[in-house]
Parts: sequence; C-alpha cells; structure tokens
Amino acid sequence: MAKKSLIATLALSFLAAISAVAFAAPAINGAGATFPYPLYAKWTYDYNKQTQLKLNYQSIGSGGGIKQIKAGTVDFGASDAPLSAKELDEAGLMQFPMAIGGVVPVVNIDGVKSGRVKLTPSVLADIYLGKIKKWSDARITAINQGVKLPDERITPVYRADGSGTTWIFTNYLSKVSKDWSDKVGFGTAVKWPEGVGGKGNEGVATYVKRIKNTIGYVEYAFAVQNKLTTISMQGKDTAFVEPSMASFSTAAAGANWKNTPGFSVILTDTDAKGAWPIAGATFIIVHKKPANCENAKAVLDFFDWAYKNGAESAKALDYVPIPKQVYDIMENAWFKEIRCDGMPVSKK
Amino acid sequence: MMRILDRHKRDRFADFLFKGVSSFFALLIIVLMLFLFVVLAIESAPAIKAFGFKFIYSTDWNPVRASFGALPAIYGTIVLSAIAIVIAVPVSIGIAVFLTEMAPKKIRGPVGAAIELLASIPSIIYGMWGLFVFAPFLSAYVEPFLIENFGFLPLFRGTPLGIGMLPAGFILAIMIIPFISSVIRDVFLMVPPMLKESGYGMGATKFEVIWNIVIPFARSGIMGAVILGLGRALGETMAVTFMIGNSHDLSISLLDPATSISATLANEFTEAVDDIYLSGLVELGLILFAITFVVLALSKLMTMRFAPQKGRGKA
Repeated sequence: MAKKSLIATLALSFLAAISAVAFAAPAINGAGATFPYPLYAKWTYDYNKQTQLKLNYQSIGSGGGIKQIKAGTVDFGASDAPLSAKELDEAGLMQFPMAIGGVVPVVNIDGVKSGRVKLTPSVLADIYLGKIKKWSDARITAINQGVKLPDERITPVYRADGSGTTWIFTNYLSKVSKDWSDKVGFGTAVKWPEGVGGKGNEGVATYVKRIKNTIGYVEYAFAVQNKLTTISMQGKDTAFVEPSMASFSTAAAGANWKNTPGFSVILTDTDAKGAWPIAGATFIIVHKKPANCENAKAVLDFFDWAYKNGAESAKALDYVPIPKQVYDIMENAWFKEIRCDGMPVSKK
Repeated sequence: MMRILDRHKRDRFADFLFKGVSSFFALLIIVLMLFLFVVLAIESAPAIKAFGFKFIYSTDWNPVRASFGALPAIYGTIVLSAIAIVIAVPVSIGIAVFLTEMAPKKIRGPVGAAIELLASIPSIIYGMWGLFVFAPFLSAYVEPFLIENFGFLPLFRGTPLGIGMLPAGFILAIMIIPFISSVIRDVFLMVPPMLKESGYGMGATKFEVIWNIVIPFARSGIMGAVILGLGRALGETMAVTFMIGNSHDLSISLLDPATSISATLANEFTEAVDDIYLSGLVELGLILFAITFVVLALSKLMTMRFAPQKGRGKA
C-alpha cells in the first residue's frame, strides 16, 4: 500500500512539475528563419538581462515562421525572404527588416587569395549554369589578368537545404542573367543545373574548403569565420566591389524603402554606388491588428530596443545592422499601421 | 481459509490487469503505425492528385516551377542501400568468423565490445568524420584510382570529389557493419559445438567447417542480420546528407553527387513554403514507408524459407 501511494505521489508531483513549466513559459514567442537565430538569441538574452522580459525565439525555418504567424500561434514570425505586399495584405500582416546579410561567392583555387579573383554577373551565372566549365575559360581570364588560374574543371557548390541564402543568391542570378531566370528561376530551393549540394552554410563552407577548384556561396559570417577565399563582384555601375560590412550596409541604405509596398525590398543588384550586389534583409513579421495587444507592444518595444542598442552585438556576430534612416521609416510605419482598438500600439 | 481465497481473487485481478495493460501497449504500436500511414496519406494527397504516377518516374525536382518527380531520390535510396549491403555483409561475416572461430579467447571480449561501441556512435559523428577525414582521402587516392582503372565503366566516371553515391555508400557500410557483425557473431555462437567437432573429427579444415557447417546452420540468422542492417541503411539520414552531395540529377556514375529520400527530407522540409512542395515531401516519406514495409515483408518471407535448413542441420 505504501508503495502504491508513493507511485501516486510521484505521478502527481510529475504532473505538477509539467504544469509549472507550462505556466512559467515565456510570454512572448517568435518563430522562423534560421539565419538570424544567433543574433536574435543574443538580443533576447541581453534584453532579458535589462528588462526581465522573456522572449523565446525558435528557429524552425522561414516557411514554418510564416505559417505560425498567419495562424496566430506566435507573437512574431521571421523570414529571410520578404513576403509580397499582396500576401501581407491578405493575411493582415506587416513586415520590417531586422538585419542585413551579405551572400558572398567563395572559391578554392590553389595560390589564389581573397579578393584576387574578379567575376562579372554574367560569368557567375554561366558558371552555375554549367556553361563555363573551366577556370581557364577565356571569359574568366579576360577579367583576371595577372592571376594564375588552373586549367581545371569548376565544381559549383550550392545549398542542398532550402534557405534564404539560396533565395538571395538565385534572385541575384535571375536579375543579371536572362538564361538563368528562364531555365532556373529563384526560390529557397531551385533545380540546380550543375554541382554538389552541402547542408547549411557550414556544409557549403566545408565542401569549398575540402574540394579543389570549387566555387560556392555562403553568408558573409561563414566566409569570415572559415577564412574562405572571397572574390570581388562587378556591381551595377561596372566597378568591382569587395564584400564587407560597409558595402552591405550601402546596399541597405540605398534601397527605396519608403515607396516599396509592404517593405518587400530586395537588395540584390541595387543601384547604390559601391553596394555589394548580392545582399538581402531578414524580416520580422507581425499582425497589424494583433489579438494580444500586450504582447504586440512588448514585441515592438523589443525590436525598437534592438534597432537602437543591438548594432554592436550584431557586428560582433558578423551581421550588418539596419542603418538609422531605414529603422526610422520602420518605426513610423509601426505607429501608423499596427493598431489595437484603433489606437497605435507603439509610441511615436 | 478466507484469506487464501482473498489472495487468490486479488492475484487473478492483478493478472487480468497486467494482461490488459500489456495488450494495450502492443495494440498501441499497431494503432500508431496505422495513424502514421493515414496522416502521411492525407498530407500527401494534394501531391498525389497533382502528379499521379509521374511523381514516381519523373526525374524533374523543381521547387521553383512546383514540379516534383521523385525518381532520383528513390533510385538513390535503393542504390545507396545496395552498395552498403554489398560492402558490409562479407566484411561482417568475416568479423564474426574471426571472433567466434579463430581469435584467441583473450581478444574476443575487447574486440566484440569495440564493435558494439561502434554501433552506438550517433550517425552525425560518422557524417562529420566522413566529410572531414574520409572524403579528402577518397578524392585524393581512391577515386582517381577508380577513374583511371575502371573509367571504361560508366559507373566510375566523373570528377573525384570524394562526395557522392559511392562515398555515402562506404560510410553507410561502415555504419551498419557493427550491427550486422554482432548479430551474426551471436548466431555463430549458437551453432552446436558437437556439429563442428564432428566436422573436425572427419578431417575437415577450419575453412570447410565454417563454409559447410557454421554458415549453412546460421543462414536464417545471417538473413536476419542483413535485414537489420538494410533497415538502418534505408532510413539513415544525417551521415548520408553529409556525404552524398544532395543533387537531384539522376546519374549512372557512382562518383557523382546524388540524393536519397531521407536526405531530401532533412534538407528541404524546413524552408518548404508552398503547400504542394510540402505535400510532395510528405509523399516522399510515404514512399520510403512503403519501401521499408516491402523490404521487411520480403525478408520475413525469405527468413521463413531459409528456416527449414536450420532444422535439417540439427538432425
């Protein structure tokens, strides 16, 4: 008998423990893109230390994030690719950029250092299309005089998993090459005509590091941390640009945020002078008429704090913070568009 | 007297309860499997409706144009498992023979334990080891050798990347060898010593005893071990994703990058935004479910056919 009551007690206390965890769960929940996860984790940690407010961000992927915010199971969603203005309107959502990422082509060629190899947009597209097969191709050597390029087959490396990085990269290729946009198009995953696929940024980085005569594309942070050989890309104004925080930031600052419906700004192949051509913003998505106004306000307070105080930790993690002129536009839009009972949720 | 009767009643009730609970858990497994199947079927219905049988024989996997054909993934899954089994089975039998018939008693224990330890290593560790250590080795030595000497076969053409169908098959073989060999070892240990001693008594060599007595006696057990390995190989995900190169291009060359069903699912599930894309991925899962089911059913049939051999061996 004593044994039975012991089991019953154990079972009860176990149930109690579960419900205690459930009640203590964080008040604010977000879910979505994996690329900005380290940054959001750092921000929520810092913010929690200052305000005691607990935010919980789950990096389940952009697709999942969009689904969850539409279903209203989270307080904010996150996506690497912007939703279209139409899609936002239909679901009563608004989006704003939280950080800029630069996608950089990286190569592994014996004896070639970072920044030495230059590529034009059409050459990059044709390498990935499989039309340019060797590093010694005349179209590559013509723009790279003085660089010794081997007479070896190029192996393009791509992301095997669906990702915002691929979205940005293929979006760029579609803009600069008609052939690419006809044959392949752009998306988080595409039908690659050539090459091998690595899982995640780290997978692509490893393949490029291990296999000779490869070219791949990764988020800037991974290129820096893995000491990969980056290249210079020809920008829209035909000058060659090196990937750097500054050239990504230029792309973000130069974009026409104010007049783009839904802020679905795409930062590839922008007109800004000196801008890195393969950049993109990662977005936060919220409801315009939130069901839980208290949480919605807490979410906006947090992102306001992140815009104003999060730049340093963003740079430390190799993310590019949103320039001030851009986040001013966003905060104005919050004030105008996000409402509870007709009243703005955020302070002006 | 009364007390004994009471106790009897209580015991019967306890037995009844025990039977109820255990059959409930057993039934739960069946119900769970049915649910799994039903959910997969419902979720993949849009893709089945949209693509029909084309899904199985089309090689076009294009998320941008929302056109999905699973042949490269199905082909990859089957060929990959076949490579792994072809490499792993002879090696495993060799290991088991050594451990049960030849190795000195002193090293049987440690080597056996080492093999069991290998079986408990998480697959991602194999994947990382494969990518960082094994792939560079393959691309520097093994694959150039294959291309040079066997390049006349379409199976061994291409660039020596160290990543592709064959490298993934190698890793998979290494991963399933511990499973297969430890089961085969246990089966070999069950061969009655009398049979072997009779063989030796008639002047048979060690090889003859192993080949004519031990292996035939253990045949159905070996089949069981192979199926266990095959089951693991079909569903293995992480290590394969690291090594296979994840390309939906169907290529006959084993050196080219390919893909498998489980690798495709692991790669593409998180960022599949469109409903039809997601549904296509679920249909892939359904197909893997079906393949595994057929393989297991076939193997049960085969084990049953082999079983009488064992009986005859005994007599």
